[in-house]
Amino acid sequence: MKKVQLLATLLASVLLTIPVSAAELRIGLQDDADVLDPAQSRTFVGRIVYTSLCDKLVDVNPSLEIVPQLATDWKWSDDGSELTMNLRQNVVFHDETPFNAAAVVANIQRSQTLPESRRKSELASVAKVEATSDYQVKFTLKAPDSSLLAQLTDRAGMMVSPKAAAELGANFGNKPVCSGPFKFVERVQQDRIVLEKFPHYWNAANIFIDKVTFLPIPDSTVRLANLQAGDLDMLERLAATDAAAVKNDAKLTYADAIGVGYMALYTNIANGPRADNPFGKDKRLRQAFSLAIDRDAVNQVVYEGTSVAGNQPFPPNSPWFDKDIPVPARDIDKAKALMKEAGHETLDIDLQIANNPVQMQMMQIIQSMVAEAGFNVKLKTTEFATLLSEQTAGNYQLGRSDWSGRVDPDGNLHQFVTCKGGINDTKYCNPEVDTLLNDARKSTDNAVRKQKYDAAAQILNDDLPIIYLGHQAWIWALKKNVTGFIPSPDGMIRLQGVKKS
Amino acid sequence: MYTYIGKRLLLAIPTLIIISIFAFSLQKLLPGDPILAMAGEERDPQVLEFLRDKYRLNDPIIYQYFYWVGGVLRGDLGISLRTNQPVLTLIAQKLPVTIQLAVMAMAFALAIGVPIGILAAVKKNTMVDYIANIVALSGLSVPNFWMGIMLILLVSVKLGLLPASGYEPFFSNPLRSLQTMLMPAFVIGLALAATLMRHTRSSMLTVLSADYIRTARAKGVSERAVILEHSFRNALLPIITLTALLFGELLAGAVLTEQIFTIPGFGKLIVDAVFNRDYAVVQGVVLCTGAGFILMNLVADVLYILLNPRMRAAL
Amino acid sequence: MTMQQVIQNAPPTRAQNRAWKKLKANKSALVGLVIITFFIVLAIIAPLLPLADPLATNWSAIRKAPSAAHWLGTDDIGRDILSRMIWGARASLMAGVFSVGIAVAIGVPLGLISGYFGGWIDMIISRITEAFLAMPFLITAIALAAFLGPSLVNAMIAIGFSAMPLFVRLTRGQVLTVKTEDYVEGARSVGLGHYRIITRYILPNVFSPLLVQASLTIATAIIAEASLSFLGLGQQPPSPSWGSMLNVAKNFLSQAPWMAMWPGAAIFLVVIGFNLLGDGLRDALDPREA
Repeated sequence: MKKVQLLATLLASVLLTIPVSAAELRIGLQDDADVLDPAQSRTFVGRIVYTSLCDKLVDVNPSLEIVPQLATDWKWSDDGSELTMNLRQNVVFHDETPFNAAAVVANIQRSQTLPESRRKSELASVAKVEATSDYQVKFTLKAPDSSLLAQLTDRAGMMVSPKAAAELGANFGNKPVCSGPFKFVERVQQDRIVLEKFPHYWNAANIFIDKVTFLPIPDSTVRLANLQAGDLDMLERLAATDAAAVKNDAKLTYADAIGVGYMALYTNIANGPRADNPFGKDKRLRQAFSLAIDRDAVNQVVYEGTSVAGNQPFPPNSPWFDKDIPVPARDIDKAKALMKEAGHETLDIDLQIANNPVQMQMMQIIQSMVAEAGFNVKLKTTEFATLLSEQTAGNYQLGRSDWSGRVDPDGNLHQFVTCKGGINDTKYCNPEVDTLLNDARKSTDNAVRKQKYDAAAQILNDDLPIIYLGHQAWIWALKKNVTGFIPSPDGMIRLQGVKKS
Repeated sequence: MYTYIGKRLLLAIPTLIIISIFAFSLQKLLPGDPILAMAGEERDPQVLEFLRDKYRLNDPIIYQYFYWVGGVLRGDLGISLRTNQPVLTLIAQKLPVTIQLAVMAMAFALAIGVPIGILAAVKKNTMVDYIANIVALSGLSVPNFWMGIMLILLVSVKLGLLPASGYEPFFSNPLRSLQTMLMPAFVIGLALAATLMRHTRSSMLTVLSADYIRTARAKGVSERAVILEHSFRNALLPIITLTALLFGELLAGAVLTEQIFTIPGFGKLIVDAVFNRDYAVVQGVVLCTGAGFILMNLVADVLYILLNPRMRAAL
Repeated sequence: MTMQQVIQNAPPTRAQNRAWKKLKANKSALVGLVIITFFIVLAIIAPLLPLADPLATNWSAIRKAPSAAHWLGTDDIGRDILSRMIWGARASLMAGVFSVGIAVAIGVPLGLISGYFGGWIDMIISRITEAFLAMPFLITAIALAAFLGPSLVNAMIAIGFSAMPLFVRLTRGQVLTVKTEDYVEGARSVGLGHYRIITRYILPNVFSPLLVQASLTIATAIIAEASLSFLGLGQQPPSPSWGSMLNVAKNFLSQAPWMAMWPGAAIFLVVIGFNLLGDGLRDALDPREA
C-alpha cells in the first residue's frame, strides 16, 4: 500500500514538474521561405520567420517608430554622418557565444562583403563600422543616410552568431544560429520550419510559447480550413473575402493592419524600345488612365473594404502621405478630355500581371473601368519569374507589381524612381526628383524630410511613372485561445507577449 | 528472363539521357532569370554576376550539362538555388512522401476501379453499367482541387474527423501519417479509378466475347467461374500494365492535390522549382522521377510476360 | 487450312454502314452523341443567342446567386455566368478535342510504325516516347506553353504533345499483340503491302483501347486547360473557359458555390458524353463482336 502511495506521489511530482502542456504555436504562411540567412534571403515570409529567429539592432513598434532591440539607444552626429549605438549587455547567440560590439561589426561586414549577400545596396551608405567599446559601435557613413536606421530594423540589422557564420559561410541558411527568442530546430522545404524557445534569450520573460512551427500553405481557403479544423493556431494573409467568415466565427479572432506597402502599375517610361509608345511618352494618357479608375470600387469588390484606396507610395493614414494630393475620385469625363487633348480617341495597352487570382480579378475590373475612357487593355498573365525578368529587361508596356513596403519612406520611393535606383524598372529619370529624394535621405529632421517628399510627390503625381492603386491590409486570423498578438503595419508576427491557453 | 531485364536496364540509359537533356533544355526554353528571381531587391551587378558564376549559369549550356552529368555520376545533384539545400537531401525528404501517397492512392484506385469495371462489363448496357460509368467518370471530371477543398471543408472543418492538410512521416507516427494522407490519396485514387474502371470494363468485354469463353459457357461452366477464373485472369493483363504505368506517373507527384493538401511531395517540389527557376532542383527531380517511371515500366512489362504464356514462349 | 482460308477467317474489316447501324442501336452512345452535339451547337451559335456580354462587368452585381436576371448567377466581378458558360464552351471543347486530335494524329501513326516494323525504328521511337512519358505532364505542358507563348492555341498544342506518348505506347502494345495473330501472318505471307496490312488488318483491331483512351483524354485535356490557364498559360483573361472559371471559383466555394457548380457540371456532362460515345464507337467498330 505504501509503495503504491509512494509511487503515486512520485508520479504526481514528476507530472507537476513537467509543464502541463508545452505551448506550441502552429502558424500558417502563404509561401515557403527561401534560404534562412538574413544576408541572403529575399522573401516576405522569410522575414516573418526571422522575427522569431533573429533579433535586430532596432525594431519598429506598431506606430512604426523605431524602438530598441539589441541596441538600447543610439545617436546621430550633428552632420548626420555618424551613428553611434549602445548595445544591450548579457545577450548570447543560440550557440551561447556572446553578443557584443565585435559581433555587430562582424555582422555588418558580412552583409557588406559576403559575395552572396543581398544586403549590399541596403548598406551602401555605410563606409565603416567599428567597435568603440565592448558594447558600443559607430557607423561612419559615406554620406548622411537617414534611412539606415530603418534598414537596421530589418534583415540588414539582424544579428547572427559570427562564429557560426564563419564556419558555415554561404551555407549558413541550412542551420541558422541567431539571437532571437526562438532557435532553429529543423526545416523541411515546403513542409515546415520548426523553432523552439531559446531559454537564454535576453527577454525570455516575455516569451510564453515553447515551440513555433511555420507551415507554408499557399491556398488561402485551405489555410483557413486548417485553422478552423484546429490544425493551426494562427495564419497570415487571410483572403479578404474570408474576413466576414472569420469575424462571425466565435472560435476565431480577426486582426488586421493597413500595410506599409502598396499596389501599383508601373509604366515603361524609358526602358528599352518598348517604352516607345504614346502611353510611355505622354503623361496626359497616364493621368487619364489613373482618373478612369474607381479606386474605392476596386477596394470594395476585391478586398471587401479591408484595403484603402491610394495614390501615393504611403497609405493615407501615414504621416508621410501628402494631404494636398488627395486620392482622386473617378472622373471619366476628365479622363476622356485628357485623352482627346493627347490626340487619342482610343488607345491599346498591353498590361502584364502575375497569374494570381486576386490580381487577375482586380485587373479585369480595372480593365473594364478604363475601357470607358477609351483604353483597350489587353491583359497578359505570366508567372512571377517571367514577369520579373520582363520588367527588368523592359519587355513590357504597363505592368502590375506590389511592394510589401518599408518602414522608412525612402524604402518605398528612392530605389523605384531615382535615375539610378536599383529597382527602377520604369527607367523614369527626373533630376529634380533625384535631388529631392537624395536631400530627404540626407536629413535626419523629419519635418525637412516631409517637405522634400511632398515636393517629390507633386512631381510624381503629375508625371505618373507609377500609378498607385491602393494599400492592402495585412490580415491575420487566430484561434480564440491565442492572445496578446499585436497587428503591425509591417506584416510581421512578433511573438513577444503572445500566449496560448 | 534475366537477360531481358538486363537488356531493358541498359535501354533505360538512353532514355534517361533524353530525359536529362530535356530537363536541361528547360533552362534555355523558359523565359525568366533565376538569379534575378533569387536576388530580390538587390540589383548590385557584382552580386548578380557572382551568383551567376557560382551556379555556373555563365558557362555554355553544354559545359553545364556535362558538369552536371559528372556530378550525377559522383552522386552529387547540386544545390537548390532558392534554399541552398543539396538537391539530394530534398529528394530524400520527398521520396517517402511521394511513395506513400502513390501507394495509398493506387490502393484506392484499384479497390474502386476494378470491381466497378467488372460489374459494368458483366452487366453491360444495363442500369448497373450506366451507374457504374457515371460514378467512375465523376471521379475523373471533378477537378482534384475542387474535390479536395470540399473534402477538407466537410471532413475536417465540419466533422473534425481528419487533419485538414499537412504531412506526418510514417515512422514517426503511423496512425497520424495514414490519417493525413487518407483524403489526398482518395482524391487521386478516385480520378485514377475512372481510368482503371474504363479499361477493366473494356478489357473484360473483349475477353468475354472471346471464343474460349463461349466454349467455357457452352460447356456449362458456372457464370461466376467464367467471370472470375476464365475472363478476369485474362482481362487482368492490360490492367496490370496500366497499374504499373499509372503508378509510375504518380511518382512524379500529383501537383494540384499536393498543393491543396500541402503534401511536401515531388509534384509540389518540381512545380515550385519550375516557377522559381530553381533549375538544379528541376533537373534532379526530373531525373529521379524519370528513373522511377522507367523502373515501373519494366515491372509492368516483366509482369506482362510472366502472366502471358504466349509472350513467355517468344522470349 | 490454306492461307486463303486463314485470310477469309480474319475478322471482317470495318463496314461503315454496319458500324453506323450498330451505333444507332446503342442507346447510351446516342445519349453521349446528343450531349456532345448539344454543347457543340451551343458553342457554335453563341454569337446568335440573346446573351449578356460575357466580358461586361457590373460591380453592383458581384457574386449574385442565380435569378431571373442572371439565370446562372454572376461571378466575382459581376459578369453573367450563363453567357460565360456558353462562350467558355468554345474554348473548353476546342481544348479537349484539338489537343486529343493532335495526340492521336501524331501518336497513333508513330505507334503503328514502331510496333509493326520493330527494329531500330521501334528502338528510337520507344526511347523518346518513354522519355516523354517519364516527364511529369504539367512540366512538359508548362515548358511548351511558356516556350510558345501564352495563348489558348498554344495551350492546346502543349496538352496534345504531352498526351501524345501515351497513344504511341498504347498503339504499339496493341500492334505487338495483333501482329502475332494468324490473319496478319497470313496477310503478310500472301504478299500484301505494309500499308495495306496496317490499315486493313491491324488498325481496326487496335482501335478499341485507343477510343477508350481518347475519350478519357478529352476529359483530362479539358481539366489540363484549367490548370494551364491558372498558371497564366491558357485562355487569357477576361475571355472565359470552363477551366479558368473553375479556378476562380475555387476561392469562393463557400461564398458563391454556383460559380464552381456550373462549369463543374458542364465538364462532367461533356466527359460523360464523350465516354458514352467512345463506348458506342468501340462496340460498333469492334470486329470481334457480332
